[in-house]
This record gives sequence, structure tokens and C-alpha cells, in this order.
Amino acid sequence: MNLRRRYLRDRLMVGLVYLGTSVVLLPLLLIIGYVFVKGVGALNWDFFTKPPAPPGEGGGGMLPAIVGTFIIDLMALAMGGLLGLGGGVLMAEYPEHPLNRPLRMVANVLGGIPAILMGLFAFVVVVLPMGGFSAFSGSVALAILMIPIIMRSTEEVLKLLPWELREAGLALGLPRWRVTLSLILPAAKGGIVTGLLLALARAAGEAAPLLFTAFGNQFLSFDPLGPMDSLPLKIYVYAISPYEDWIQQAWGAALLLALMLMLTNFIARRAMRRR
Amino acid sequence: METLRMETRDLTVYYGKKAGVRGVSLPIYDRKITALIGPSGCGKTTYLRALNRMHDLNPIVRIEGQVLLDGEGVYASGMDPVVIRRRVGMVFQRPTPFPTMSIFENVVAGLKLVGVRDRDRLMGVAERSLKAAALWDEVKDRLHEPAVGLSGGQQQRISIARALAVEPEVLLMDEPTSALDPISTQAIEDLLARLKEQVTIVIVTHNMQQAARVSDYTAFFLNGDMIEFGPTEKIFTNPADERTEAYITGRFG
Repeated sequence: MNLRRRYLRDRLMVGLVYLGTSVVLLPLLLIIGYVFVKGVGALNWDFFTKPPAPPGEGGGGMLPAIVGTFIIDLMALAMGGLLGLGGGVLMAEYPEHPLNRPLRMVANVLGGIPAILMGLFAFVVVVLPMGGFSAFSGSVALAILMIPIIMRSTEEVLKLLPWELREAGLALGLPRWRVTLSLILPAAKGGIVTGLLLALARAAGEAAPLLFTAFGNQFLSFDPLGPMDSLPLKIYVYAISPYEDWIQQAWGAALLLALMLMLTNFIARRAMRRR
Repeated sequence: METLRMETRDLTVYYGKKAGVRGVSLPIYDRKITALIGPSGCGKTTYLRALNRMHDLNPIVRIEGQVLLDGEGVYASGMDPVVIRRRVGMVFQRPTPFPTMSIFENVVAGLKLVGVRDRDRLMGVAERSLKAAALWDEVKDRLHEPAVGLSGGQQQRISIARALAVEPEVLLMDEPTSALDPISTQAIEDLLARLKEQVTIVIVTHNMQQAARVSDYTAFFLNGDMIEFGPTEKIFTNPADERTEAYITGRFG
């Protein structure tokens, strides 16, 4: 028989799959490897603990940007998480609600809007009325970016739960909100947290929405209503500068940001698997 | 001698334009077991779910006619479905333990989640309900372990104990043993005979032997119509309608 030929063909196909996988993986590894090689030299104690130095002077660090990244992103997660969760719960748990269709449409449109327009939107509705650049306005821009992602991931993990679970709760004479809050959300906790972390990782890498909202700041700031620095902003500003030491630091910031995002992703996947 | 606990008058349930159940009038007697039998798709589950307003969440379902609980309209305006479901509990075909909760928390969920905090009272309810569901001896030493770790038959008895914990007047059971092995089925059938001293039971079953063994009254459904209702003994020995006879003698379905 031609069993031998079938085995051969199987091995050929498996080989093609491996080839395709490596073609896809290669750019990723190249990017990470290149950023690592270029950036690792910039990472030192000063990089994490000092504010930036003027160009040409050497030294200085990313402290304001690192602190700012955490503050801006966590505020964004608080706002975007709340609204995204609310929308996702409404779509999954109250499918008959009249707000659902418009909400789904808004989420789809929002998901397709370029990130820089989110910044423009926050500029118009937050920066202009409040009279100045602020970390808060940057968080608003990032929150809007997160909302459709969180809505969709929340809706999906909730829909994975069997409908009978809701009916079992209702049949006990529990009101619907109580079923959602005490039975459904706890059962989907792992998946919901994963969705939040993935949205956070997605937004944390964006510089465009922060350009004319959080704006950037050379000094360490904890004031959410004033301008604040952030790693993606710093990378953008330093990378297009003509100064050799700034460009070097941009590579370092890029490496740090990449590591932080990979860590967030890693934690998110772990949380998902444990579920 | 028999007192009426629930009753439907000319009950019709539409899925969109199609009627799943047509004009069914049926008495449900207090502390008796009423079995609903019939081939798949005959409307018995649809009928059962109309009794405690489980169709409410499905926007395409429309209900006509009356469902009465102690003489009051279940679908009357101002009647809260949450109150109805508290009085008319339900056990489903598949066991549905709440996945994040322990055995104890599962059983008292209906009380705890509406604000009953008294630990002693909850423990008392849990013990009483688990005993009523013939599960106490098997789980009393591991009440705080996850309920999803139990076997399918035990999980189904958890579902029954959970439904009993809120002390419903009527318990609706939708093929409660169809996913279980014969031994678990036996345990639940034994349980039904004891439960009917406290609570009125309506049970949907595919298994005619089961209906004959456990029920006091039987209603035979076919294609959305209720063909015949009567004492179980009469339905199974001397049915009035030839379609009933054909079904119980296994000529179709």
C-alpha cells in the first residue's frame, strides 16, 4: 500500500506548519532582541531613580515617566474597567435590554477608531474645559481605548457560563441583579480579570492618545490635574530628538515598557489558565 | 378531599407566532405529585416553565390564559416574578451547583443572598434541607468543600436541597433524573415520595415507568395539546384517549 507515502506527506505538512510558525515568530523575536540589545545598556540605577537630564549632559533617568505611567494607566483602568464591565454585563446578562443594540454599535465603532483620535476627543472634552494638559485627561483617552476591549472580553466570558446557572438562581426567587452580582460575576472572575489586564497592556503601550492630553513633564509629578510624563511619550520625544544620549535612553525606555507589557500579558494568561 | 394548589386555565404559550402549548387547563393538587408525560417537543417543559414565570426572560415568548397560585393570578399585573419563584421553586434537568460555592453555601444560597446572616439559622436550614434531600449523611463532614466536587447524583440532590431551603409551596422538576444513573435515580424517586408530605410537586419525565411509580396524577401532552389528565392509575390502566394508550403502550414517542 501507499502507507509510506501518507506518512511522508504527513511529515511534509508538519514541516510546513513549523516553517509558518517560525516565519510569524521571527519578527517578534527580532523586535524583542533588537530592543534588548540596544536598550539594555541604558538600564542602570539612575535610569529608575533620577529625573531626566538636559541633552548632552549625560546621566538622568526615567523616574517621572515610570511613576506617571503607573498613575495614568491605573486611573484609566479604573474608569475604563468600570464602564467596560458595565457594558459587558449589560450585553451578556440583559440581552433583551433596548440599550444593547446602540451599545454594541458604539463598542464596534469605538474599537475601530485610531488611538490618536481618542486623544483628540479627550483634548476637546477634558483639556479645553479644564484649561490645561493633565494626567487625568490622558487617562480619559486611554479609558476610551480600553472600553470596547473590556466590554467584548467581559461579554464573552460571561456568555461561556451556562444559561441554566442564571435560571437556577432565578428559580430560588433571587432578583436578577443579585444573580448577576453573586453567582455570575464570581464564576467568571478569572476571565474578567484577564480581559482587564489585556486591555491595560494594550492601552499602556500607546503614546498617541497622550500627546496632547497628559503632555509629558520633565519633573516628577503626582498631581492628576497637572501634566504628567509617561514611558510611551518619553520614547516618542527622545527617539525623534537629535541627541545621542536621549536616543540611547529611548531604547532603554522601550525595553522597560516591553518588559512591563510582557509581564502584564503573562500574568493575564496565567490568571486565565488557572480558572 | 383534594385541595387545589395551582391551576391553569386555557394556558397558551407562544414562541413568536408558534404556540408551544395550546389552551391547557389543568389542576395541580396540594401535596400530590403531578407528572407531565409525552414525547419530545410536546410542550411539557414549556408548560412547566410557565408555572413560575421562567419564560419572562425570553422576549419572544407570549403567554395567554391564566396561571393561578392559591387562587391568585401568577401573571396578574403587580405580581412580582421574584415572589412567585420563591413560592414555586424549580429543579432542572442538569444539576446546577453554583461553581464558586461550597456545599453549605449552595444549599443556603436562596436565603444568604437575600440577606439572612444568622449563622445558626443557616446551619439549621442546611441540615434540614440536606436531610430532606437524602444527602445529609453523605456530605455532613465536608459541608465546606466545593459542591462541584460531588457526583452528578449528589449534585442533583444539592439542587433539590437548595430549592427546598427557601420552603417553596410548589416544586417544579424538569426531568430531574434524566442525566443520572439508575442508583441516583432511585434515590431521587424515593425522595419524592417523602417530599410530597410537605410540598406540591409537578414533575416532567420522559420515563413512563417513573411517572407510574411516583406520581398521583398524570397529564399526557402531545404536540402542544394536553390530551388527557387523571389519576395516574387510571391513565396507565384505562386511558380514555386512544393516543394516550398508544403512547403508554410504547407505540410511539
